Parts: sequence; structure tokens; C-alpha cells
Amino acid sequence: MGSMWWLILIGLGMACAGLAAFLWSLRNGQYDDLDGAAERVLLEEDPDDKGRERREG
Amino acid sequence: MTCCAPVGVHAALGDPAPPGTLPDEIRLASRDLGDGSRQTDLSVPGVRCAACIAAVERTLARLPGVERARVNLSTRRVAVAWRSAGGTPPDMIGALRGIGYEAHLFAPEQARKDPELARLVRALAVAGFCAMNIMMLSVSVWSGADAGSRQAFHLISALLALPALLYSGRVFYASAWSALRHGRTNMDVPISIGVTLAFALSLYDTLHNAQHAYFDAATSLLFFLLIGRTLDHVMRERARDAVAGLARLVPAGATVIADGRPLYVPASDIEPGAAVLVAAGERVSVDGVVEHGMSDLDCSLVSGESALRRIVPGDAVQAGVLNLTGPLTVLATARAEDSFLAEMVRMMEAAEGGRARYRRLADRAAALYSPVVHTLALLSFLGWLYLTGDWHVAVTIAIAVLIITCPCALGLAVPIVQVVAARRLFERGIMVKDGSALERLAEIDGVAFDKTGTLTLGRPSLVNAEEIPPSAMGIALGMTVGSRHPAARTIADAAARGTSRIMAFERIEEIPGLGLEAARDGDRYRLGRPEWALDGRHPDNGFAGSMSYLARNGELLAAFALEDCVRPDAREAVDELVRQGLALEIVSGDRAAAVERLASNLGIHEISSGLLPGEKVARVASHEQANRKILMVGDGLNDAPALAAAHVSMAPATAADIGRNAADFVFLNESLSAVGAALGIARRSRTLIVQNFALAVGYNALAVPVAVLGYVTPLVAAVTMSLSSIIVVANALRLPSIPNDAATPRTPRRN
Repeated sequence: MGSMWWLILIGLGMACAGLAAFLWSLRNGQYDDLDGAAERVLLEEDPDDKGRERREG
Repeated sequence: MTCCAPVGVHAALGDPAPPGTLPDEIRLASRDLGDGSRQTDLSVPGVRCAACIAAVERTLARLPGVERARVNLSTRRVAVAWRSAGGTPPDMIGALRGIGYEAHLFAPEQARKDPELARLVRALAVAGFCAMNIMMLSVSVWSGADAGSRQAFHLISALLALPALLYSGRVFYASAWSALRHGRTNMDVPISIGVTLAFALSLYDTLHNAQHAYFDAATSLLFFLLIGRTLDHVMRERARDAVAGLARLVPAGATVIADGRPLYVPASDIEPGAAVLVAAGERVSVDGVVEHGMSDLDCSLVSGESALRRIVPGDAVQAGVLNLTGPLTVLATARAEDSFLAEMVRMMEAAEGGRARYRRLADRAAALYSPVVHTLALLSFLGWLYLTGDWHVAVTIAIAVLIITCPCALGLAVPIVQVVAARRLFERGIMVKDGSALERLAEIDGVAFDKTGTLTLGRPSLVNAEEIPPSAMGIALGMTVGSRHPAARTIADAAARGTSRIMAFERIEEIPGLGLEAARDGDRYRLGRPEWALDGRHPDNGFAGSMSYLARNGELLAAFALEDCVRPDAREAVDELVRQGLALEIVSGDRAAAVERLASNLGIHEISSGLLPGEKVARVASHEQANRKILMVGDGLNDAPALAAAHVSMAPATAADIGRNAADFVFLNESLSAVGAALGIARRSRTLIVQNFALAVGYNALAVPVAVLGYVTPLVAAVTMSLSSIIVVANALRLPSIPNDAATPRTPRRN
């Protein structure tokens, strides 16, 4: 029986971690621009990266 | 870049050169980030791929003073952080226009994040987490856990259900409570009662080590319903965002002369008596009297008049009119909150008619549904108590009845259809503000159209191009090619199509309120008002108001007849609406002659012209009193109160800001077929909603006898609940993406 309790505890703990991660990502704005994230993968460099811009120009 | 030569709203609407945004207005609309830099949000409707993102962000980042630029592709917006010594913002809009992207300011009050959506998503996450973990434990109970671990599992489930109930359930409790307090019921009342009782009974049973507990049913019910609720909210936000992203037509501020120096102030700070500068291409922001300057005014948005109005010092101007040709100094006669614009907003609030009284389908269904369900539960409680005399059995069965009838499918039946319908409309460039608008649209009996800007495009077109000799076209093209006056732009476009020659001039001058004057080889050419072009001689035809004359040294070369052009497909769209049995009418503020000509072209018989905003409202309200439900389609400031008063309303994207906000639907395309398309989808979705109600009620008719007889276990409840929800969602997805031909007038009839 003991092992089952451990499994339940681990299961709940993992679910809690998942929930916390989701709430964190929500607050962090990870879902603000889903379309943009999909398109930005295609860019060779991040145009937002100012350091690179300065070196070029 | 090649994949998406940006076709923004402006390009789609053919606006040749929208008036620029003053740096002061940008500064006013930006917000302080705290460390001396400011952030400005721009709406850029043209971004649609990775290349666009890169182009926009790089261009902005290269501007001096810009610290950061980040595109949000989902909202088609770019947030720019900038810092400059004098507080003058970099020319972001100009830079973007330079690379082919139309951009406009996004007002800071619109840019705030929506706390309601975040709350719903958090509630959804909590409910999902609890429901899934409880279901995991429930499955092991159903598979036959022994009594000891069963009770332990139920206790853990109770602990898990608590946050779902307290946090996620609050959405429903709050809504149910506010409905009950006003003596009404809505769908949330049976939901709240069912969920709470299920939890209470299960807790009691768990403590007494009974075999069944309904924690899983209670939490998954909350989870499913929250999905519907969240989708509904996302749909509304998306439409609202899209509408908010359109260019603001009325400026937030104006340049006033204070102590002899120009100063840009917010419109609300302008006192009566202040001298306001209005450059050509700007809209007037307060009511006033012209002190200096001559110009042409485009009043179409304010009064519905399609002809341009010429003004001289001493004339009164209303807030919202567009100054076309010359700079004006206007003495404010009223504060912004007392001006015409604010008056319209007040009338709009007073006119909230049909939509305030409207009760949504789901609420009407709940009003019938919850008394039946609650009576049924009470009867089964009394019946079992009478038969067995056992309190616990009677309560258990009564609660099982409540849970099994808990309107999970019913709660999803309406929002899911409306979410799918809103998506279909979105694909066709039609934004719907909320679900109840779709329900209201499906029950209309008639349509009232505004004329200028709604049935017509609100801009002139040349109607007699074939009568004009090519040589005159060449002269006209040479004169108009640099002008921004709408009449001149129209002539330039038509002339560029009609001729390949262009005459070059030594000098071209635009004379506000009169026209264009050019010189070449000692000859003087004039294009504009007939009597001015002909040196004071009066033209010999009747309708000179819409004519522009081209003359050399006072001798007539050609007469250009300009008329507001009808929207493409207007005739087909009107025919289609008539075929669907709707009564059509035109309510316009324009002159009777112009309205009658258009009405006979389109085949609309019921017209009223020369209406003031208040009279438009009265006209719409008289229909409401006669119990006819009217769809109002209009765009002007003068239409806004009528839009609010009508049962349901629609506005083109070119409409005035408050008109767009007042309307339930906003369509981005030029074609009026949007009205028929929206109507088709609304009617189809109403059918689907009724079908969904029938499915949900039918499911209840099957399940309730089983529950009343006491055969329902948590397993049965979970399976039936999920099944009915899936069926309802699947039915909603049947809404076709291109509505049937009834809604798309594509018949090649030309009269």
C-alpha cells in the first residue's frame, strides 16, 4: 500500500508543478502573441536584438 | 515582403492619403515607462508574416531615439519604446509608411490588458487541474478499489475539488447571485445549485464511507462550462480588438493659440473662446465658428451630406467634420463635452433600446428549464421519502437528478455555436461584438440603411468620363496629380485611366474652397467650382453642386460630373435582402434629390431624407414600438444614436469611431454583401442553437427517468455528461465556412 501513496503524492506534485508552470507562463505573457512566435522561428536573427543592430550599423 | 504587399484597411478602402498624425498627438497617446523613455502603441494592420515582423522592427529600431520595437502579430500591433530630449517622438508612422505599412495610433485606454480574460483562463486552469486529478482517482474507484483506499481517494478528491469550487466556481456563483438579486434566473442558477449540492452530499457521504461520490462530476462540469465561457469571451475580445485597431477618425487633441504661440492640448481641455488651428486634412475637434481661412468641408460623417460644403469666415463648424483644402482658425464655441460629438454620445446612451431589453436565448431557456428541473428534483425527493422513509436515499437521488440534469450541454449549446459563427464571420471580414448580437440579427424584420458612406462609399467618382475629350483629361491630370482634395484625386484617377498624356504646368496653386489654378504659356487654367472657373459667369445646367469645371482663361473645356459612388454589389445585396422578405428603407441626412436618385437605382421604395440624428432615432424607435425589429446599417456620427437605438446594428470599417463602437457588427470589406452574409450566418447559427437545445433536452428526457428511479452512479453521470457535450460541440461545427448561396449574392445580374 505504501508505494501507492507515494505514487499519488508524486502524481499530484507533478500536476501541481504543471499548473504552476502554466500560471507562470500566463502571467509572463507567453501567450500574448502566439501567431508572432510561430512566425519568428523563420527569422534568421531576432530583429529585436539591439546589440546586433548596433554592430551592423 | 513580396508575399504580403500590405493591404491595410486604408488601402482596402481606397483612402488615398490619410491625414498624418501630429507628433504632439503621439506624445499625448504614449505612456511613461518611468526611466525617461515612453512607450507608444501603434496599430499596423498590414503585418502578417515573419518578413513583415523583421521589416517593421528593423525600420523602427533604426530610427534615432527608438530603444525597442516589438511586433505583436496576433493583435497586429507594435509597441515602441522611445526616448528623446525634447519629448518629440520619432516619426514612426512616417517611417512605416515609407516601407509600405499603414500605421496609426492605438489609444492607451484601449491598450490595457483585459483582466476578465486572465481571470477566466486562471479559473479554467484550476478547474482543469482539479477535474483531471479527481478523474484519475475516480477511475481507480470505479475499477474496484477496496473500501479503505476508496475512502482515502474520495477524501483526496474532496480536497482537490475545494479550490475548483471556490475559485473557478465563483464565476458562476457571482453571475447566478446577481441574476437572483434582480428577481431573474439564468443558466448559472441551476449550475451553481447543482454543483454546490453535489459537493456537499459527496462530502457527507465520504465522511460516512459511502460508495459513491460526485466530486468528478461537479468539477468536470465546471471545467466544461468554463471552456465555453472562455471561448465566448475570447471571441468578443478579438472582435473588439480588431475594431479598436482601426484608425481613430476624430483627433484626441487640437492645436490652440495660447499667448500667441501654438500649443497642442487634449480636446477636453479646450475652453470656449479658444482659437483652434485646423490644418488641411484634419478633423475639427470641437464645435466653433470659423475666424480665418477658407476651405471645403467634408461633412459626410457628421450630417450625411455627400456634397462638400464651402466655408468662409463666420460659418459655424461642428466637431467631427473633415477640413479638406485650406488651414482654418476656428473659435471654439463649446467645450468638447458639450460639442456635437458628445451630444451624439449622450443621445446614444439615452437611445439604448432593443438591445437592453433583449434577453438572450440561453437565459430564456434557463427561465423555463430551471423551475422544471428543480421541481423534478423536489418531487423525486418527496417521492422516495414517502416510499422508503429513508432521508439519505431520498436526498442522494434528488441530488443525482440535479447533477444529471445540470445543463452542461445546455451551457455549451449557445456559446459554442456563437464562437464558431463569429469565426466564420471573421473569415469574411465581419466582426461581431458579442453573441447576443447574432441572436438579435437572426430575428430582424427590416433593414434601415444610411445613405452616405453606407450604401455609397462616401467618396466621389467621375460619372461622365466618356464625355470628356482626351486633351482635357491630360490637362486635368496635370493639374490634379499633386492634390489631396478628394474630388481632385478622383479626377486624377479617372484621367490617368483615360489618357496617357499629361500636361506639365509652370505653376499650380490650390485655392481653398474654389479649386485648382494652373498657368502655362501665358494661359490660365482653372479646375473647380463652375462660377469661379468661368470667371463669375453662371453655369447653364441645373445641378452644378456636384460639377467641377475645367476652363482655360474663363472658357469652358470640360465639365466633370462627380457623384458619390454606390458600393459594389449594393444592388445585388439589396435584392438579396428583399428576397429574404425584409422591408428595406433609407434613412439619410442628405438632400431629398440625392437620396431619391440612389433609392430608385437600388429599388428601395421607403425613404426619408434630411433627417437630423434625433429624427433618425425617432424613425428607428417607431419601428420598435410597432414591434418590428430593425437592423440599422450606418456609418456617420449622426447615425450613432440610431445604431444604438436599433434592435441590432452594423457599421462599415470607415465609420466614425463612436458609430463603430455603437454597432454590433463591423465589416471591413467594401462590399455590402456583408449584410446578407452576416444575416445568413446568424440565421443558420440560430437554427443550430435550437437544434442543440433540442439535443440537450432530448438527452435529459432519456437520463432523467434513470436518475429518478435511482440508477445513476457517478460513472453513468460522467459518461453521459461528456457524451452530450461532445454531441453539442460536434453539431456546432457543422456551421459551414462559406454560407449557402442565399447569403452570398454572386448572381451575374446587371441592370
